[in-house]
Amino acid sequence: MRALVDTKGHPVLVWVGLALVGLALVALPFALAGIGTAWVRITNLAILFVFLALGLNIVVGFAGLLDLGYIAFYAVGAYAYALLASPHFGIHLPFWVILPIGAAIACLFGVLLGAPTLKLRGDYLAIVTLGFGEIVRIFLNNLSQPVNITNGPQGVTLIDPLRIGTFSFRDTDTFAGLAFTGPVKYYYFLLVVLLAIIVINLRLQDSRIGRAWEAIREDEVAARAMGINTRNMKLLAFAMGASFGGIAGGMFSAMQGFISPESFILIESIMVLAMVVLGGMGNVWGVIVGALLLSFAPEVLRYTVEPAQQALFGRMLVEPEVIRMLLFGFALVLMMLFRPAGLLPSATRKRELEVRR
Amino acid sequence: MTAGADATPLLALEGLSVAYGGIRAVKGIDLTVGRGELVCLIGANGAGKTTTLKGITGLQPVSGGRIRYDGADITGRPSFELVRRGLAMVPEGRGVFGGLTIEENLTMGAYTRRDRAGIAADVERVFALFPRLKERRRQTAGTLSGGEQQMLAMGRALMSRPRLLLLDEPSMGLAPLMVQKVFETVLRVSGEGVTILLIEQNAKLALEVAHRGYVMESGAITLAGDARQLLNDPAVRAAYLGEVRATP
Repeated sequence: MRALVDTKGHPVLVWVGLALVGLALVALPFALAGIGTAWVRITNLAILFVFLALGLNIVVGFAGLLDLGYIAFYAVGAYAYALLASPHFGIHLPFWVILPIGAAIACLFGVLLGAPTLKLRGDYLAIVTLGFGEIVRIFLNNLSQPVNITNGPQGVTLIDPLRIGTFSFRDTDTFAGLAFTGPVKYYYFLLVVLLAIIVINLRLQDSRIGRAWEAIREDEVAARAMGINTRNMKLLAFAMGASFGGIAGGMFSAMQGFISPESFILIESIMVLAMVVLGGMGNVWGVIVGALLLSFAPEVLRYTVEPAQQALFGRMLVEPEVIRMLLFGFALVLMMLFRPAGLLPSATRKRELEVRR
Repeated sequence: MTAGADATPLLALEGLSVAYGGIRAVKGIDLTVGRGELVCLIGANGAGKTTTLKGITGLQPVSGGRIRYDGADITGRPSFELVRRGLAMVPEGRGVFGGLTIEENLTMGAYTRRDRAGIAADVERVFALFPRLKERRRQTAGTLSGGEQQMLAMGRALMSRPRLLLLDEPSMGLAPLMVQKVFETVLRVSGEGVTILLIEQNAKLALEVAHRGYVMESGAITLAGDARQLLNDPAVRAAYLGEVRATP
């Protein structure tokens, strides 16, 4: 919040800075396209993970409810989009209809998970949410019989891209001499949605709701004694977090054109949680940094580890995936030692850790 | 100085029972707190004092009887609603928000209110009551000593502008000097016109500050009456004030 709004100090400087950042973000896809179109796609996926991390941050960072099955909401959103905009059922609704539907269904699933787990905390809640994530994935994998709803492990193909009238986000358009490829168009769309989601998160944090979550995270009994309806507030956290996941899922469907249950396995939930923890639970900017870092790092490794090994040993000794997990684990251990509250910790979180030590 | 002359008491428990599963921890007790009164509920560990409080505040389901607050039946009402009606509690073990600053803790206490100016004024009022908290307003509550945390918990409860304050064992785990201070504070808050139900194991101090007292034993009220009288009651002295056996 402060960084965005507190322009009292040096208003001109801040606005110039913001304008420069904005300009860089607008020019980014063309710079990336110079290296390779794949990088624009990677950036888009990274932005989707920022959505996910911000959504999970509401549940874990703001309200302090450990959720290990968050990817289920991403899956619900993705399947909602896929089934309502593909030849699978022959339904082709426009995206501005489906995205809200996907968000609403994910929200419903959030409440579905939240309601029976209201009295659980910490480890116990983690176990139930972990089970929930797996149940959703297994359902998606098996709901091809007796009635074929999800098409099972084969997944759903030929999903419609985002489309406004005749303007499709999949095709390449040339405008003012610049080629706007599909990924570049998606990038701009995602950027706009990202901005909206960041603003919502920042406002949420400073709101009455945000303060209620903070109280619940700190001490639930005391929160009730403050006159906070802890039941509704916890459900709201689950519902809001889930809706963000649902929106991200819908866009994932549209961008990929193909989804299958394999995209929504447990390790994805853990990755999103790691993004939140690494970046700094409860701090919107920290979570964004964490999500970008963990999304880009493996890709950078993929493009450096292989050639490096080829050059050094003449062949591949260690798979990039293995190195990625190794470095990833190493980074988490280092972080827990030196920055336990995350790279950009939230002020309160940091203090909490100091108090408890 | 026995208040409670008003027709209807602010809080009345009528045959209140609270059970944990099959175990009845509170077995049909009657208790009243008049407007402006400071009433204490004393008893040994495990007598059912805290459970009584949990029953009143909706933290534990009531298994029988009625709770009347300001004439209205509030049996089984959820805690957050009671705060809005002016019933504040300081939970056992204080329950301050350790990661938040003292100031943030106090504003959290005013969660049910929306008058920013009034809240700011009340924060200052609490600081006037507890100057020690003012010195450390930007410090996190977790860094305070036990006694200071108890003061903060009380100050925070006052932030909701309660008419009835329920205090659960404010002296628990505090150094003797701090216990004295906490009881002075209870008296001061009572002096401001807030009705108080004080739950205490430290029977002597509780009876010294209270107007009236109730003695609880294995889930039932065994004695009730004027605090001075209870203080001089041989049975109370024997059981709670350590007259027979010379142990504190």
